[in-house]
Amino acid sequence: MTTAAHPHTESGSDAPYALSHLDALESEAVHIFREVAGEFEKPVILFSGGKDSIVMLHLALKAFAPAPVPFALLHVDTGHNFPEVLAYRDRAVEKHGLRLHVASVQEYIDAGKLRERPDGVRNPLQTVPLTEAIQQLRFDAVFGGGRRDEEKARAKERVFSLRDEFSQWDPRRQRPELWQLYNGRHAPGEHVRVFPLSNWTELDVWQYIAREDIELPEIYFAHERDVFQRNGMWLTAGEWGGPKESEPVQKRLVRYRTVGDMSCTGAVDSDAADLDAVIAEIAVSRLTERGATRADDKLSEAAMEDRKREGYF
Amino acid sequence: MTTTTEQLSATTLLRFATAGSVDDGKSTLVGRLLHDSKSVLEDQLEAVERVSADRGQDAPDLALLTDGLRAEREQGITIDVAYRYFATARRRFILADTPGHVQYTRNMVTGASTADLAVVLVDARNGVIEQTRRHAAVAALLRVPHVVLAVNKMDLVGYQEPVFAKIAEEFNAYASELGVPEITAIPISALAGDNVVEPSANMDWYGGPTVLEHLETVPVSHDLTACPARFPVQYVIRPQTAEHPDYRGYAGQIASGVLRVGEAVTVLPSGRTSVIEGIDALGESVDIAWSPQSVTLRLKDDIDISRGDLIAPSATAPATTQDVVATVCHVADQPLAVGARVLIKHTTRTVKAIVKEIPSRLTLDDLSQHPDPGQLVANDIGRVVVRTAEPLALDAYADSRRTGSFLLIDPADGTTLAAGMAGESFASRAEVVAADEDGWDF
Repeated sequence: MTTAAHPHTESGSDAPYALSHLDALESEAVHIFREVAGEFEKPVILFSGGKDSIVMLHLALKAFAPAPVPFALLHVDTGHNFPEVLAYRDRAVEKHGLRLHVASVQEYIDAGKLRERPDGVRNPLQTVPLTEAIQQLRFDAVFGGGRRDEEKARAKERVFSLRDEFSQWDPRRQRPELWQLYNGRHAPGEHVRVFPLSNWTELDVWQYIAREDIELPEIYFAHERDVFQRNGMWLTAGEWGGPKESEPVQKRLVRYRTVGDMSCTGAVDSDAADLDAVIAEIAVSRLTERGATRADDKLSEAAMEDRKREGYF
Repeated sequence: MTTTTEQLSATTLLRFATAGSVDDGKSTLVGRLLHDSKSVLEDQLEAVERVSADRGQDAPDLALLTDGLRAEREQGITIDVAYRYFATARRRFILADTPGHVQYTRNMVTGASTADLAVVLVDARNGVIEQTRRHAAVAALLRVPHVVLAVNKMDLVGYQEPVFAKIAEEFNAYASELGVPEITAIPISALAGDNVVEPSANMDWYGGPTVLEHLETVPVSHDLTACPARFPVQYVIRPQTAEHPDYRGYAGQIASGVLRVGEAVTVLPSGRTSVIEGIDALGESVDIAWSPQSVTLRLKDDIDISRGDLIAPSATAPATTQDVVATVCHVADQPLAVGARVLIKHTTRTVKAIVKEIPSRLTLDDLSQHPDPGQLVANDIGRVVVRTAEPLALDAYADSRRTGSFLLIDPADGTTLAAGMAGESFASRAEVVAADEDGWDF
């Protein structure tokens, strides 16, 4: 049986045909996915197994239902991933019948094409495998889960971001983005980075995950874990290279707000074991997710801008 | 004041843009809105404090919160639109923070194109200046439904009502002439916090809302039942799977109006007709859907429809045309000249076109039209006549910001050349006057 009104439209809003903020964001993101499907030859979704890329995949599934998602996934594997996240990735690929491409930082290091940094942080090393994979596999549109609320360089990012044949981002040469008219024209060798979650905040993402009942890797919820402190962050002890002798390991009740390379993604002390608790915790948090848990953004005042210029997402 | 926990209940989304000259206090206003809605978190504030201290500044420079790029921090100016996000218990906000400098008219056009509301700042000491008129004109041209005149720095004019009243009256007269539908004037001091979030104790003569209160309560959607429905087809969904062997759906975002199952529709530009058999709203079947929902339509008849077509109720379908008369804001560094071969991107359709005429160029300062400029350069606003290779189902921008807008694109390198708005420029039309040597530059 059909319904007369969209069930998510909340009572008490301004006008009879107003959309809730989550419906408005969802509708906009779906529009972006469909624009890319309509205009590009070979798009791909960057998939890290983190909550933003999981929400992206969920939106793509809704955008093209009942047909399958017309894009493959691309995972840049730093070699220091959380095992729970890799397991989640493989389950998602299996469940939705997707194709997965993996660009491996470890392979680049083993082949001598990349050198391990003295601090062991592998996030900046992702750029080369990512951009080479885009070139070799000839992707012309690459979806990223970046949000403008994450970081001030990202606040300046367009929804459609043209990258040259070196994948570089030039903030001074961005196309103005007018109305919902996205210009995806590009020359051979160039590609467009597309950010369907541009206008979402961390809280929007969590509220949407709760509303849509989307499954996440377990590391997003409070659990006991062996961690040690470095640069003010709780890092997971593991084969990637931590801890040093001076960094004692302790068992703490923690969860992750972001998912990235184990060498630079910190856990936060938390007893939030389910979605409601996580949302309540974020709502009162006085720290941004990147400020709380990402070491690589603290490298310099313009760390994100500099990495984006080089081809990072 | 609100707490962040209460923000969980916020229901609707308001997109708004700010405009103001360099020293009107726009950063302070934006900073206060972000700060007082607790959207500036400790690590961001610490970063600002650290950098301000490194530079030897006494107080944290809140502009550093919004100036995210190296070049901006080096030069101390904002060079591009930035988007900010904050929330109160009542509403979520997306703020397009647009630079105020004259040469960035295109940035204000960018910010205003998606805004439901524009905040125009003036300095109470200076009153309505040329830049204020430019901002009002851009808001009117882009048909931003609500305009707030924020008369800032009231603390520097002794919080005197007559100062505010005079500025509000002058602005109202000017903006009304342009056809701005709704103007709300608010006396504020962004620095002292008067009437931004908290009502001012210094201006008890003012009985209206604070800036935030107004942002929280202004209606966000128009009466969509009054707008004719428009559905640009983005993508045809054909699963061709065992489970859905015959499914054929037209995916798109409803650009305006309401669509209902059972409605007779016409597909443009072909003119073929059918009836809406089903509406799939991202996984659930519904009887009715409205703008800006992304949905998938199924039609009774199997007719040829592809990306770029427009589905509209047969009773209110738009006419198609190959001669587009419009106002454009030129946004590229390379000029646009008569005879230029371009691409026109309208909704989901991109077609070849040629610029036949540039009848006039607008001077935003006094709204005079200067005839036959020959070309438009960056930040120019002008009238154009464009001939398209294929018919477009184009509405007047006054009737639909979504189906009345288009881009002109350089086919050689893909550069976005101009933002176009079909039909009349302003709700009330400015007279075309003869060229005046003094009026050419703005």
